[in-house]
Amino acid sequence: MLDFLKAPVEEFQDFILLSFRAFRNIFRSPHYADDIFQQMDIIGVGSLPIVIMIGFVSGVIMAMQMARALQTYGAQGKVGEIVSVALVRELAPLLTALLVAGRNASGIASELGSMKVTEQIDAMRALGTDPIQKLVTPRLIATAVMLPLLTIISDFVGLIGGFFIARYLLNIPGSQYWTAAWQTLEPNDLGQGLVKPLVFAIVIAMVGCFYGMRTTGGTQGVGRATTTAVVVADIWIFVFTAMIGRIFLYL
Amino acid sequence: MAALPISAGENIIRFEDVSLFFGDTPGLNRVSFAMKAGETRVLFGAAGSGKTTLLKVALGLLKPDSGHVYLFGQEISNLKEQDLFDLRARVGILFQEGGLFDSLTIGENVAYPLLNQRVLKTAGATNGASAKTVPERVLEALNFVELGQTLERFPSELSGGMRRRVGIARAVVTAPALLLYDSPTAGLDPITANTIIALLLKEREMRNTATIMVTHRYLDGHLMANFRYNSSSEKVERAPNPAEESATVKFFVMNEGRLVFDGSEPELQEAQDPYVRKFLRHGSS
Repeated sequence: MLDFLKAPVEEFQDFILLSFRAFRNIFRSPHYADDIFQQMDIIGVGSLPIVIMIGFVSGVIMAMQMARALQTYGAQGKVGEIVSVALVRELAPLLTALLVAGRNASGIASELGSMKVTEQIDAMRALGTDPIQKLVTPRLIATAVMLPLLTIISDFVGLIGGFFIARYLLNIPGSQYWTAAWQTLEPNDLGQGLVKPLVFAIVIAMVGCFYGMRTTGGTQGVGRATTTAVVVADIWIFVFTAMIGRIFLYL
Repeated sequence: MAALPISAGENIIRFEDVSLFFGDTPGLNRVSFAMKAGETRVLFGAAGSGKTTLLKVALGLLKPDSGHVYLFGQEISNLKEQDLFDLRARVGILFQEGGLFDSLTIGENVAYPLLNQRVLKTAGATNGASAKTVPERVLEALNFVELGQTLERFPSELSGGMRRRVGIARAVVTAPALLLYDSPTAGLDPITANTIIALLLKEREMRNTATIMVTHRYLDGHLMANFRYNSSSEKVERAPNPAEESATVKFFVMNEGRLVFDGSEPELQEAQDPYVRKFLRHGSS
């Protein structure tokens, strides 16, 4: 009767197993430092332009749209606070994660998927390498290091975007904007602003690797794995952002 | 290239009632056979009959649902991946799709097993200065398949036949005790296909490695059973005593995961089973 649940439950179990092995391998040798740095370059440096652009634009939009609402109450001076809280707590981690999921969960899934269908993963196992150690763990470490850093950069350029609007469109003195933006941030905001990208990074890397590693069905299968990886990563990012946000409300 | 010692008469590989199902589809269905050092098995079968599955189970890349697989006398069906690596170091495999790493150069691909197999790394360290260095062994293996000049190139720059030959070089570079070839001639023109078979004969002549070859072409099996590589003239020639060759070359035919034929070439030619005869007809046409 519950047969329809079997496949998703099995899939989830496989995912947990893969994640467990990937984490365990962090503490096991051999370590593939070259692969970690290469992935950091692809995931971190490669995503930098788009993250900066979207971060800046989101700061600009926040400041512009909020200014109108704040004007009603004569509280335009508060724009720095609003931009800062919204960006650091929620928008920068979320937007950065969605961008990196689009870029890298898909990239990881298609790369590993292609390797799977051309028997490179089997070859790796046959030739004495654990593919989880060589392929999954470096991607996990690289994403977990780079996504929080990208988020911090996104926070910063977002605040700069907000500053341009505040200073040149709303004529708020720069010092007032920056003081408001800075003073309103509490450890709680910074905490969730940094915990979120770490969790999202694990989701992105593991979902990308998982769907890549279980690709079947040739090139068509690679396409399917890529799409599924992005969609699933995005869904989990939304779920986790809500959950973490909620948890931090109680802290 | 010192091969790891195999005692005489030891079964290199033994399958005991091995089954593996993918859902309801049989990959392997109660397969049993054993193979000793120096023997060759030619494995025929239609697409999806379980040939590749058999090779992957032999190497521990797939776990059987039931039955036992013994590789070099050790039961591997329940062995952990980490423990399997040391056994796999003694097996060379050529994958159907080549399985070359496309991010690595040809030289790096061939060096990969030498640099990553734990056992071989330790053996290399203890052999000291007398042992050949990795680049020397890589070059030797690539020269063996006559592709010594491609060291710095990438797999995508080579033709299908050349990639297959690099795959062979990577399989033999470790001087394994067992070689598994998955469709070495599939999708190649007859001339290139015969070159590949000549390489397999050459390898057998030089090292007498136990070999399992999966193929669709009857001709491949026929060549393996009746021809030998003459190292002095560097040519493939008809074996002076084909009966002697065929004693070590056996043929398998697989259908829907079952081994439906196991015997020598003359026995194969006498077989009455219509499915088995298909492969003969295919070869003679």
